[in-house]
Amino acid sequence: MKRVGSSRGAPKATGNPSKKCLLKLYVAGASPKSLAAFANLKRICEAHMPGEYEIEIIDLLESPQLAKGDQILAVPTLVRRLPEPIRKIIGDLSDTERVLVGLNLKAGTA
Amino acid sequence: MAKKSTPKSTAVIGSLAKCPTGIRGLDEITGGGLPRGRPSLVCGNAGCGKTILGMEFLVHGARDFGEPGVFMSFEEGTEELEKNFASLGVDLQQMVKGGQLSIDYVHIERSEIEETGEYDLDGLFVRLGYAIDSIGAKRVVLDTIEALFTGFTNTAILRAELRRLFRWLKEKGVTAVITGERGDRMLTRHGLEEYVADCVILLDLRVDQQVATRRLRVVKYRGTTHGTDEYPFLIDERGISILPITSLGLDHAVSHKRVSSGIARLDTMLGGQGYYRGSVVLVSGTAGSGKSSLAARFVEAACERGEQCLYFAFEESPQQIVRNMASIGCDLGRWQQKGLLHFHASRPSLYGLEMHLATLHKQVALLKPQIVVIDPISNLTAVGTGNEAKSMLTRLIDFLKTEQISTLMTDLTHAGNSIESSSEEISSLVDSWICLRDIEHQGERNRGLHILKSRGMPHSNQVREFLMSDKGMDLMDVYIGPAGMVTGSARLTQEALERANAVSSQQQAQRQQRDYERRRALLEANIAAMRLEFETTTQDMHEVLAQDAERVAMLEQGREQLARSRKADAKPAAAAAGAKAPAKKRQ
Repeated sequence: MKRVGSSRGAPKATGNPSKKCLLKLYVAGASPKSLAAFANLKRICEAHMPGEYEIEIIDLLESPQLAKGDQILAVPTLVRRLPEPIRKIIGDLSDTERVLVGLNLKAGTA
Repeated sequence: MAKKSTPKSTAVIGSLAKCPTGIRGLDEITGGGLPRGRPSLVCGNAGCGKTILGMEFLVHGARDFGEPGVFMSFEEGTEELEKNFASLGVDLQQMVKGGQLSIDYVHIERSEIEETGEYDLDGLFVRLGYAIDSIGAKRVVLDTIEALFTGFTNTAILRAELRRLFRWLKEKGVTAVITGERGDRMLTRHGLEEYVADCVILLDLRVDQQVATRRLRVVKYRGTTHGTDEYPFLIDERGISILPITSLGLDHAVSHKRVSSGIARLDTMLGGQGYYRGSVVLVSGTAGSGKSSLAARFVEAACERGEQCLYFAFEESPQQIVRNMASIGCDLGRWQQKGLLHFHASRPSLYGLEMHLATLHKQVALLKPQIVVIDPISNLTAVGTGNEAKSMLTRLIDFLKTEQISTLMTDLTHAGNSIESSSEEISSLVDSWICLRDIEHQGERNRGLHILKSRGMPHSNQVREFLMSDKGMDLMDVYIGPAGMVTGSARLTQEALERANAVSSQQQAQRQQRDYERRRALLEANIAAMRLEFETTTQDMHEVLAQDAERVAMLEQGREQLARSRKADAKPAAAAAGAKAPAKKRQ
């Protein structure tokens, strides 16, 4: 179902659980957009909140039933479950500024 | 023109396979249903019934044709849908449990979404594909996919994805209904008709004189003929029903059986047996000419035969009708209690004509009566225009005739109009037309009845007087004299006069007869007297002759004695010739 571990890699260390950012990246297969999104996400997270995030990758082609829960229409979609409120960022995350705004990180890191 | 077909299974006309919607009337208009395996667009303004049409398409598909369906809602949540359709008598929850239906509520919250770079709608495809595959769906409804335009700002991506979606749906082989909001200049706000080009259905809700009427039109349907008109439709507790005029042809069966009008004398006027069963009778007349009474008697007679009657009252309440008819010896309440007579009373202005038509349809389908009375039809023009009322009545008559129901409609003729003009101009549609009219003469009004037409039977051309009393109703001859038609008191006077005349002429005849008898007796007496005289005369004559002969004989005898005494020497040859022979004899 969930392909969680493979991409969690290096930044796994969780410094402060309360501040931890829970991210879900919905993709449909290993398309160029999916790969680009994952690469961009990892880069942004490493740069702005090292050690304070967890990424879960969900391939909808493998587990299509999960699309309904998070109201996924577009892929790739990045869903930030925690901290509240839920935020959704769609696209290949190539626009770093907008991703940071979307993750509410822009204000904090500036 | 709509082709009549039997949309029970997949109707194939030409090479185009069709997918029956199961919605009353729509399959007739489209000649069998929506194009199978292709997407169809249903567009219209808010609140005109797009969602219901879509859901009914799925519900009928699952229930009647064994084709499960997926409902992807972009507007209403699953719970809302379940509640809404429960009011239409559809248990969506049950259908979902039974694997006949899958509802996927797609919620798009613009504020939650941030767009960064390239994306596509594979998520939607995955969801839809998963829903289709999980229940083996053959039908899909996307309601309203245009909501995507509010959720995503990149319309270039969106349009490309929509194009891909419809192609993908075709590849999947599902019959899809896509709904869309009506746009200003386009059929849909975002031009969905560009992508869904096979079949476009337009729904419309128009308000005319404060009465809303829903209409449906098939804008285009590639590769098939379809009804092109705007068809009124309605949504009631049984869902959508479209009532296309053209779906009913003139090929209904006819009956040779007759049904009594309830008045023996009227039956006599109608070729001796009354109306034809399954025919439409129009009773027109001015106010108070007895239209409803004629209808009530027709109903009562039918109930006496044990038939089911349905009385649509547009003017009076059932209680009032029952009370009023009791005053002319027509006990309708009894039949109402026995369950043979059903009233359906409503003000014409309560709802639009189409709703009235549908109510009539529904009630008739529910009760399956043999007799239907509509009292009166003239009030229906108050709701719609004359044309609309005529169109509605045409369809109603077609429907009732198809069902072989004998129908009696009353129609109020307005004073000033010709008595032969029916306000709804449906005279050509009815089979028998009975005209009631007021005849004003010598300071009183009386009711006259005549048959204007009655198809297929020899009918009387006479005007009769229509009498109503607490004993019931009857028809009387009217008198046509030098002063015109005579009815009412004048007729009674005339009758009395005729009776008197008859008596006096009878007396005269008797007197004459007595006279002749007397004269005959007199003659007979004369004859007897004469005969007596004749006989007396005859007798006298015989007596005279006998005396005469005796006298001659005595004379002869005397002469011989004289001769002998005188010793006559010779034979008295000289004696008279007449006396010679007897003389010789005696010698």
